[in-house]
Amino acid sequence: MPYAAVTFDPLDPAGLMARVGAPEDGAALVFLGTVRNHADGRPVSGMQYEGYEEMALEVLRRIAGEASERFSTPHLAVAHRLGALEIGEISVVVAVSSPHRAEAYGASRYVMEEIKRRLPVWKKEFYNDGAARWVRGTTPPVAGSPSAGPDGSHQGASDDS
Amino acid sequence: MLVQARFFAAYRELTGASICEVELPEGSTVADLLNALRDRGPSFQALPPAPAVAVNLEYAPIETGLHDGDEVAFIPPVAGG
Repeated sequence: MPYAAVTFDPLDPAGLMARVGAPEDGAALVFLGTVRNHADGRPVSGMQYEGYEEMALEVLRRIAGEASERFSTPHLAVAHRLGALEIGEISVVVAVSSPHRAEAYGASRYVMEEIKRRLPVWKKEFYNDGAARWVRGTTPPVAGSPSAGPDGSHQGASDDS
Repeated sequence: MLVQARFFAAYRELTGASICEVELPEGSTVADLLNALRDRGPSFQALPPAPAVAVNLEYAPIETGLHDGDEVAFIPPVAGG
């Protein structure tokens, strides 16, 4: 069964890796999203993550379940961090294993794209000059509606973008 | 009926509220809730005309009918990852 968690505690990639992997799996992959020290050329000093915790856990479980089904592997674990993070800290971990690498890469990518699209989590960027602002996000789709694109160009100082 | 409205991130800062209870007539929708909130004052009028919402932890259209005890969250554009 896929595993999903939303937590204020520091994330443990090895712990999540330990939840995946199996004798039939020849590929194991872990993705880390980390807080970077710049956004749009502006130095960033840290990031505050806020979540609608009860819903975020539900949505993350659903995303993990969808990825598991679409890419035919039950071996998937994802965790998202909340709270105040420093530069270099891990904000998200996706661990997945599958018989062949294409499914592991696909599932990992799917989880991250869907997190961006619909996980009710927000982040406030703090800059070296003392200013702060909410990172512009993506309007989530209402049930049954087609995929919504990013509604802004500013991607913020974290993760894979 | 009584529903609970929740605000997160930028919307929490705009409205100055993270949670509030609102009494609504039977048959009200999310749009009616939004109007009732706007009647409370300028901080709620700062919300966008049609924000994304979740009713009882599920994204839902603004026309969604509400029931006693529902939790309606106003969801700013999301930025996880």
